Amino acid sequence: MAAASSASPAAILKDAGLFALVAFGLCVPIVSHRTDLGADGLELTPRWGLVAGLCAAIFAVRLVQRLVLERRAARAVLTPSPHQATEPVGAEPNAAQYPSSLGLPRLGLPLFVGFALFLPLIAALASGGLSPARYWIDLGILILTYVMLGWGLNIVVGLAGLLDLGYVAFYAVGAYSYALLSTVFGLSFWVCLPLAGLFAGLWGVMLGFPVLRLRGDYLAIVTLAFGEIIRLVLINWTDVTGGSAGISSIPRATFFGVPFKAGPDGFSALVGLPFDPMHRIVFLYYLILALALLTSLVTLRLRRLPLGRAWEALREDEIACRSLGIDTTKTKLTAFALGAMFGGFAGSFFAVRQGFVSPESFNFLESAIILAIVVLGGMGSQLGVAVAAVAMVGGPELLRNLGFLKAVFGEGFDPNEFRLLLFGLAMVAMMIWRPRGLISDRMPTVALGQRKAIGKDLVREGHG
Amino acid sequence: MDVFVQQLINGLTLGSIYGLIAIGYTMVFGIIGMVNFAHGDVFMVSTFIALISFLGLTALGISSVALAFLLVLIVTMALTALWGFSVERIAYRPLRGSFRLAPLISAIGVSIFLSNFVQVAQGARNKALPSMLDGGLTLFERDGYAVTLSYKQILIMAVTSVLLLGFWYLVQRTPFGRAQRACEQDRKMAALLGIDVDRTISLTFVLGAVLAAVAGLLYLLYYGVVSFSDGFVPGVKAFTAAVLGGIGSLPGAVIGGLIIGLIETFWSAYFSIEYKDVAAFSILAIVLIFMPSGLLGRAEVEKV
Repeated sequence: MAAASSASPAAILKDAGLFALVAFGLCVPIVSHRTDLGADGLELTPRWGLVAGLCAAIFAVRLVQRLVLERRAARAVLTPSPHQATEPVGAEPNAAQYPSSLGLPRLGLPLFVGFALFLPLIAALASGGLSPARYWIDLGILILTYVMLGWGLNIVVGLAGLLDLGYVAFYAVGAYSYALLSTVFGLSFWVCLPLAGLFAGLWGVMLGFPVLRLRGDYLAIVTLAFGEIIRLVLINWTDVTGGSAGISSIPRATFFGVPFKAGPDGFSALVGLPFDPMHRIVFLYYLILALALLTSLVTLRLRRLPLGRAWEALREDEIACRSLGIDTTKTKLTAFALGAMFGGFAGSFFAVRQGFVSPESFNFLESAIILAIVVLGGMGSQLGVAVAAVAMVGGPELLRNLGFLKAVFGEGFDPNEFRLLLFGLAMVAMMIWRPRGLISDRMPTVALGQRKAIGKDLVREGHG
Repeated sequence: MDVFVQQLINGLTLGSIYGLIAIGYTMVFGIIGMVNFAHGDVFMVSTFIALISFLGLTALGISSVALAFLLVLIVTMALTALWGFSVERIAYRPLRGSFRLAPLISAIGVSIFLSNFVQVAQGARNKALPSMLDGGLTLFERDGYAVTLSYKQILIMAVTSVLLLGFWYLVQRTPFGRAQRACEQDRKMAALLGIDVDRTISLTFVLGAVLAAVAGLLYLLYYGVVSFSDGFVPGVKAFTAAVLGGIGSLPGAVIGGLIIGLIETFWSAYFSIEYKDVAAFSILAIVLIFMPSGLLGRAEVEKV
């Protein structure tokens, strides 16, 4: 980028033009011609206007980006870098060495939890009654499910540094465990929940054991293969799993044995409230909140134990770990098993909430979304994962209801269509600009001597 | 025996397509040591480019199948090469020197982006192309079961063989091939000797994409149907082929592709068609766990 400081306006224009030209090449013919099913086979509909718009947008974005870079480069020449090696002896530490954003993560998690605790109340007050608030509470449940899955996967990816692309398999194991145990053996949710976690954890150990010697990206691919195998078995083993049709009419959650129904032995009669079907929804909301918080709490506590420290050490340098006498097999397996167990809990919650499971819900994309949440949140950061889950799952939901987007892009515009497109782009952008995630500055869990915050610019050196 | 020969032909056809995709995985892994997770989706993009080009040529009134095939081949190769180039430039090059898993995560992002890009641009339905090359040769017939070699299969095998010969020449006999092999052995040393490493890596991606484009066109001709999600499973199978043959080894990728194609068709014919993907994924896991250096690869030594 240093060369950019001397670029002339003409060169910048040429560069942006080149970008637009490449964009044009990429748009032909996938964007420029739409294939529609016509009277005899597929027919082409040209869309050159759209291509022109896209190219113009890319031209403009690149132009602005170059101009901003230009200005920044010009300024960088005048001010010395805060991280430069040759600091005058005895000088006051540069302000930039103490990242100011550290206060936010410290307060952020309690704030998040506090808001989550009162969300049903806020939603009910804001929309006047529990039933109109159902949309918000359902959205809260959806987001919290992903927060929990993100926190669970965070143990494996964020702390132990094992890239697991088949995490959804454990989610599936949990969901099917509950679905089968409750429909076949009639066990209640509260018996099934620990069992589902246990099964998923066992699967974690079973699948984890053979792959532990593999290096990072091989491990990722093998976990991907395992995830797909489990999904394909769920589809094809029709006698047990019901195949693609899945398992339906799974018993609903009960308030520790008391069903949510009208009548003398229901939940509303027990606590003396008028019957309202929303009680079950609110209960589910608090259930997933409690499960998510359990995940977070266990993770936070484990990070202070030797095991958690071994995970983080393993993430940074496996060979150094081994030479220090850390049992890498045991360390990796516990991370796998614990992550899988929380995935299993989330899975059985999913089953009890939906009342229906099918293999469709557990495809690779789901794994990728959970991984995206962990990556975008900053691997290892609890708050970051929560923020990313809200942004990634809640954001598109909210966009859907914005009327002016429809006015701009036409009536058929559905932001949800673009959700995954943006996911993919965000993952790439994140790796390029903030490889440590949204919350990129944080304190190391253990430090020798002085505690120093770890900035994103240190990512290459393997700190924290 | 007749079924066996027929499945052998089918398997080799399928295997040639996998082999072509696998070369892209193996070359990229050889040179920068990353699993280019998005390669399967670049392949899928190429099937769509080929599909739309075919439709466009039909609309223009070009009826000669050979001419259409040749034109579509060139267009698809050129446009897919641009995709390969752009993906490397935007998503992978800035990450060189970043932490270990960064390129893989970025590649997953690209993969999600590409498949959804095509879904948004072209819709989620399967797209079918009218069959343009029908008929075939009957090799022999016994008890009413005819073993046939269709023209499509001949075309696929012929194109693959010609392409692999050209590709072999490119890697073994040209300056680019020498630079490519040098970067594969020792990138730093190659740079010291005056090889433009960035350019070589770029060209490697372009070459991988070109081969994937040919595979995409052949896949479209063979199956006649494509959809936006078609990148994932063929991609994983081709990656399996690359690993099975020994990742980093070019002949290994082709041999691996043929083996995977054969296993898939024989598995479907003799065991169960439902579990054919399970077989492919299981082979991937088994090979990675028990023989990570594959058939022709060299064992990796990790230096501290």
